[in-house]
Amino acid sequence: MKNERELIIEEAEKLRWEVGDNLHDSLLESIYKSAEEISRKVVSRNDAGKISRKNIDHLIDKIVTNKWTGLPIMFLLLAAVFWITIVGANYPSSFLAKVLVDTLHPLMKDLFVSLSSPEWLTGALIDGGYLAVAWVVSVMLPPMAIFFPLFTLLEDFGYLPRVAFNMDGIYKRVGAHGKQALTMSMGFGCNAAGVIAARIIDSPRERLVAIITNNFSLCNGRWPTQILIASIFIGNLVPPYLAGIASAGAVVSIAVLGVVFSLIVSWGLTRTVLKGEPSAFSLELPPYRPPRILQILYTSLIDRTIFVLWRAIVFAFPAGIVIWSVANINVGGISIAEHFIDWANPYAMLIGLNGVIILAYIIAIPANEIVIPTILMLTVLSLKISGIGAGAGVMFEMDNPADVAQLLKLGGWTALTGINLMLFSLLHNPCSTTIYTIYKETKSIKWTLVATLLPIVLGILVCYATTQLWYLFT
Amino acid sequence: MNTTHDLKNLVKLGIDMTNVDFIVALAGNPNTGKSTVFNSLTGLQQHTGNWPGKTVTRTEGAFSYLGHKYKIVDLPGTYSLLSTSTDEEIARDFILFGKPDVTIIVADATRLERNLNLTLQVLEITDRAILCLNLIDEARRHNITVDHVKLSEILGIPVVPTAARQKEGIPELLETIHKVVTGETKCNPYRVNTNFRDIAPAVEKLESKIKVLFPELPNTRWIALRLLEGDQKIIDAVRSGEIGKLIFEEMEG
Repeated sequence: MKNERELIIEEAEKLRWEVGDNLHDSLLESIYKSAEEISRKVVSRNDAGKISRKNIDHLIDKIVTNKWTGLPIMFLLLAAVFWITIVGANYPSSFLAKVLVDTLHPLMKDLFVSLSSPEWLTGALIDGGYLAVAWVVSVMLPPMAIFFPLFTLLEDFGYLPRVAFNMDGIYKRVGAHGKQALTMSMGFGCNAAGVIAARIIDSPRERLVAIITNNFSLCNGRWPTQILIASIFIGNLVPPYLAGIASAGAVVSIAVLGVVFSLIVSWGLTRTVLKGEPSAFSLELPPYRPPRILQILYTSLIDRTIFVLWRAIVFAFPAGIVIWSVANINVGGISIAEHFIDWANPYAMLIGLNGVIILAYIIAIPANEIVIPTILMLTVLSLKISGIGAGAGVMFEMDNPADVAQLLKLGGWTALTGINLMLFSLLHNPCSTTIYTIYKETKSIKWTLVATLLPIVLGILVCYATTQLWYLFT
Repeated sequence: MNTTHDLKNLVKLGIDMTNVDFIVALAGNPNTGKSTVFNSLTGLQQHTGNWPGKTVTRTEGAFSYLGHKYKIVDLPGTYSLLSTSTDEEIARDFILFGKPDVTIIVADATRLERNLNLTLQVLEITDRAILCLNLIDEARRHNITVDHVKLSEILGIPVVPTAARQKEGIPELLETIHKVVTGETKCNPYRVNTNFRDIAPAVEKLESKIKVLFPELPNTRWIALRLLEGDQKIIDAVRSGEIGKLIFEEMEG
């Protein structure tokens, strides 16, 4: 049997000489010809009369993919999505915080105390784990429930390929794949999702570039930080009636800065370690389709919102326990957290941050969403302020940004700290889920490390430069 | 009288793929609504999006219809099965080696000619196929009419016009799937004319040898053409006997 199979292959090789070498092209031609003939027989068009939908599609495309109007429209759409998210998420967020933190937290604590649970257990589980979860839910759920449907709406309508079309030229100029524009857009929702989406890029080299740079897309978990800090430090720089727009503008600027960084880093990578020519790809601009609202609500809530939220909760609970522990386990009279903060402060000051922020980022690796609550808790701890918050190591968030501002200023924060925190929030390691996803997608420890460490190095450099410039001019 | 013509007979089974009777493959150009068809049959909510290239790997689900249980495989969208990108290979390998009982080709009714390129290539590989003429609502809006009866006559396979986003035509599609897998409807697919440049003798020579070696293969001519072209993947499959082995396994099973 084996010999006969080899004989067929040999025979085919022999015959191949007889038929010539462009058989493949001839076959394709034959197929195309048949397809054309058949379609001519069965398709009829009636273009008479009214403007067809195709013309409307062309008209929209002329505007949204135009060399001059395409990019501004893209940024405006992005800004509108952010603005709706920021404004809309406010009320449900504070409602959830009221229920989960102000009402349920004391109740649960009383329950544990009445069951005579030891103080360390109550602290770690309720003040640590539960509160972390409660914060993640109340801070993350509303913006996600608004952002994801809006994003899916644009996707269902057919706008995403146009984004790729607009960005394609820019990405190609930096040596990356045009489809990276799509994975970057996905990253605005969630970097882990963006990293998975990089599968649409065939060339392994360009896929790596897309994966490594996806973290520069400001993800969902990082907006609350951006929004809060922007409204405290940027919103305060302008008259109150402009505060909302100025803060939203600052957040959009950070997001745009992220895109710029993704381009710069892609450029650097494709000229050094990941050298090569960008591969061409054909992108078909699909027709615009009326979005199906119910379908969008379902998929964006179930597939995206709940999925991402659940992941955050899974990471937030143990992180909460760690936060409570480092703030309550004492070595030589002061807590581990304070030891670290005191040690890290001088280094952190060099880059315009402080020890609290550094520690918060280390603890919050599992989920970016808990950075702000952790910072507040650690600030109180390091200031030994009494009367604010619920005691040592208890995460809390204050309903009124003015209270937060006051606390932060007491902790030595300036506008520089705020700006640097926003920059550092954009430029630091990906969350642990994203790191794990990068490993799963690349199967390479080396590239996972690059993707993890590169943003931190950049973040430190950028914050250092900002700080030095700030001192130079003030 | 016609009880099959009803969505009530459809049981969406999601990802429960135990003890399936038939395997259905879902092929088509990118962004023609394959995933939407897939979702409406399985009840799964695989993410659909209006951009090409969204389905990067194959996705599987199941449904049951009139007492038969089906596994359905959503293949990545491709424009062709003849070049060598990963997604095209995944799609082609499944239609060839996965031995689906029926392959549904989802085509965009507003861009029929280009979609037929893939359709004709699928028909070269498999005997049992259905053309799902999707986005028929969009075609109506663009004032495009497709004579699906005539198309079915030419192609030699059933053609079902659908608007999967609106669930239009899904009952008819199910009924057609049922008829094809049970043999009630026989397919006699259109084969592209390859009798050019006097290659016919060479193809026939190879084909007859393949037929002797793998008598159960339905698409010997296609294999012969690939061998003539020097398609490494097919050469390897012939060399290892993989092409024939799968068929014998299926016969025993």
